Amino acid sequence: MTARKTKKRKSTRSSPRTKKTTAAPRKRATAKSMAAQQREISVSEFFTKNRHLLGFDSPTKALLTTIKEAVDNSLDACEEAGILPDLVVEIEAVAEGRFRIIVTDNGPGIVKKQVPKIFGKLLYGSKFHRLRQSRGQQGIGISAAGMYGQLTTGKPIVIESRVSRRYPAHRYELVIDTLRNQPVIKKEAEVEWEAAHGTRVMIELEGTYKRGRHGVGTYLRQTALANPHVQITFVGPNEEEPEVYQRASKELPVEALEIKPHPYGVEVGLLMRMLKETKARRLRSFFQTEFSRVGPTVATRIVEGAGMNVTTSPRRVSTDRAEQLVAQIRETRIPAPPTNCLSPIGEERILASLKEQLEANYFAALSRPPAVYRGNPFQIEVGVAFGGEMPADELVSLYRFANRVPLLYQQGACALTKSVLSTNWKAYGLQQSRGALPTGPMILMVHIASVWVPFTSESKEAVAGYDEILRELRLALQGVGRKLGTHIRKDRKRLDAERKHAYIEKYIPHIGIALKEILDLSDRQEKKVVTTLSGTLARSRKM
Amino acid sequence: MAKKKPKTAARSRSKRVGRKRTTTSRKKSAAKTPSRIDVVRRIRGEARGVHSKILKRRTPSMKFPLRSLANVVYRPAKGYFQIKGKKKERTLTVGTVKTFAQTLRMMAFSKELVETDDIATKREAYYVSKNWDEARFSEQPESDAVMEDVEALFGVNREQLGFIPEEKGGDVAGRLVVIDSDRETGEELRIDCTRFGSGAYSIPISVEDLQFETDATFILAIETAGMFQRLVKHSYWRQADCILVSLGGVPTRACRRFIRRLSDARNLPVYVFVDGDPYGYSNIYRTLKVGSGNAAHLNEFFCVPQARFLGVTPDDITEYDLPTHPLKEVDVKRAKDALKNDPFIRHHRQWQQALEQQIRMGVRVEQQALAKHGLNYVIDEYLPRKMSDTAAFLP
Repeated sequence: MTARKTKKRKSTRSSPRTKKTTAAPRKRATAKSMAAQQREISVSEFFTKNRHLLGFDSPTKALLTTIKEAVDNSLDACEEAGILPDLVVEIEAVAEGRFRIIVTDNGPGIVKKQVPKIFGKLLYGSKFHRLRQSRGQQGIGISAAGMYGQLTTGKPIVIESRVSRRYPAHRYELVIDTLRNQPVIKKEAEVEWEAAHGTRVMIELEGTYKRGRHGVGTYLRQTALANPHVQITFVGPNEEEPEVYQRASKELPVEALEIKPHPYGVEVGLLMRMLKETKARRLRSFFQTEFSRVGPTVATRIVEGAGMNVTTSPRRVSTDRAEQLVAQIRETRIPAPPTNCLSPIGEERILASLKEQLEANYFAALSRPPAVYRGNPFQIEVGVAFGGEMPADELVSLYRFANRVPLLYQQGACALTKSVLSTNWKAYGLQQSRGALPTGPMILMVHIASVWVPFTSESKEAVAGYDEILRELRLALQGVGRKLGTHIRKDRKRLDAERKHAYIEKYIPHIGIALKEILDLSDRQEKKVVTTLSGTLARSRKM
Repeated sequence: MAKKKPKTAARSRSKRVGRKRTTTSRKKSAAKTPSRIDVVRRIRGEARGVHSKILKRRTPSMKFPLRSLANVVYRPAKGYFQIKGKKKERTLTVGTVKTFAQTLRMMAFSKELVETDDIATKREAYYVSKNWDEARFSEQPESDAVMEDVEALFGVNREQLGFIPEEKGGDVAGRLVVIDSDRETGEELRIDCTRFGSGAYSIPISVEDLQFETDATFILAIETAGMFQRLVKHSYWRQADCILVSLGGVPTRACRRFIRRLSDARNLPVYVFVDGDPYGYSNIYRTLKVGSGNAAHLNEFFCVPQARFLGVTPDDITEYDLPTHPLKEVDVKRAKDALKNDPFIRHHRQWQQALEQQIRMGVRVEQQALAKHGLNYVIDEYLPRKMSDTAAFLP
């Protein structure tokens, strides 16, 4: 999506000409009449008409998406600043069907002049232009949430932020000019703020608060699960006890480094834009500087292979030529991109997190080594919590995560789900109907970390199924499945032995009674028979 | 308890099941088997073995004679299935602990019965087990099986263990006086089997002390109550000088023992008249003649080696133009099984031919199919014609 878009209107109704000739049949629009209709529209306006694309299609989802965007932003900011995130999420019921969302973090804060831009302008952010693993990608989220609130309640979005002890905290009330994609500050004031730094976002909106699978609690718990270094306090609207999702690890995730795009992921349009924007003056240096894993040899091979000169100026490459370059890139062997741009959760921390957040008696985790799809590094991680009080006769709960963000909607359309379905869980001791999730007392978490997670839509709810991703998912699920299978088998053996023991114990006394009756044993002798026999059987049990 | 129900045109499978139950019946046997004191001693001996193994911290086990056709051998000279001595060892394990405990408790119960000179029917024994908590039997066949194991273990008849069956032995009509005694006074009772009118004398559970007077020339054992009724109704026994015995399916032990004693006492030939199907041949007739695999240790007393097979034979179907029913899958299976595993059938070429012929024909025939030619065709034609050539009867 680009910041500005034009949109055609095909309506003939409002054309002045057709109005005059009402008797005549519908007239075709002319270029001139159409030009009168064509005008620039703002992204904000675009959003108001396409809110479903961004996750605001239902009142329930709107509320959840708003929280999600605020939480994502807070976490990304904290991590970037090297702070262990401590979040408070509050939902206040303002009126029937109307809530105030308040998300407070202990992050670095936002400098005064950036505040309106970040929260009031769509597509402003630090993330879109970089290839680096982060929660948000397009920078559309929090401002869209603010806009949704504004559209449904007319209330401004309120931001409070403090960057340091040396400066006071500021409070801004923003409204967005939906026509111009411009924030308008309605009020600005200094406020009290106890902590040294942090940010608080307040958005009032129309929505529906729900519990359950798509509920806020579920989302926050899953967030805590995928982010062991995070502590979240959740205060619901119904005066419930605050829920605290404890931090399971004091280690911040490894900082993901920013990387340049890998040639394998480039398409003609992107290449054209890069060619226009580069500071390089020759094609060879353009490839060397703008892409990862391209040295002089590879650059030369690409350019010359496409029948061009390495010294040609990037600005003078035509679209046709660019297509040839892209084709040549596909032909050329280029090393895989570096993978230090990824920040996986890690097996140990997945385990710690599962143990902290879930009640179960067996845990397993597996991190695959990084892999690459279309030039984008990615990594698959899987975690399992099994047993305990979870119902054994229901489908397992599948928690999906992309870059540590829980995916709550469109489970069926997601490649992560499909991989779980196509895994043969029967081999690991679970029951599974054809084409369904396995059945058992289990929570399964699947995480994909990538510099660019291929979502199927802008609302970022389902991951697309590239072959390389599906392959890694399969291997990860099989790996963790094997661990689980070993446990289940052992567990079953143990239970079996216990059951057999209990079974034997049930009948041994009868042997005692019978022998007593036949041989006229004393009570003491009878007791001896029972205890001796129990002992003998317990020892001889090779079951 | 399979009883003598009038036979229906199509023999139902459930009837087969009913008959089968009768197999596991009856009878108090000859004086050769151990006395009551002996039984108690054997029970104590077995229990002592188990007890001492337990005290030695070893896994106790008991050895039972295998109760199946695989554990019998046919002795033509003796005329019955003799037990071969194959044993199954029941060692105390997870799988056997319940039956093991039940067997011991059944033995204890039996000892109590014998010592107090009491008896319990098989069904009563089943109900007594309801006091055994987890070791109780959930169905009577389970308790019957354990009882039969104990019976075989000690090589005794179940009556000696204090257990009696509920089913009666069979019905008798014809030229016979049974001499029994009054239960209370010990006075001799003479029961004239010609004087039951349209009814019949019921074979008691214990036949060992009965005496017989008869001037009949043979005994005719009949499978179904329906055919028996017809022959009684028309006093066939008078016309043919014989004694009629209704088997009611597979004959009970008492019935077998009764026929055996009667035949021995008066040197009477025994002819058997059953349905023309594998069940009639290899189950009813064979059990009557040589005994069963199930109670192999008792066959010596519960067999009638002199029995001969009158009909209905596969040949009779064409010979007498009888209406038939197609063989069921279970019939064919039974016939093939008998050809393969039954020592009696395997000994007699004629029986093999008869069964093979039947499988080939693919049909079975009932006794009462003779009614096609007239209700009394069996009396006026079939039996006289058969009796004119008894040498041709199957062995």
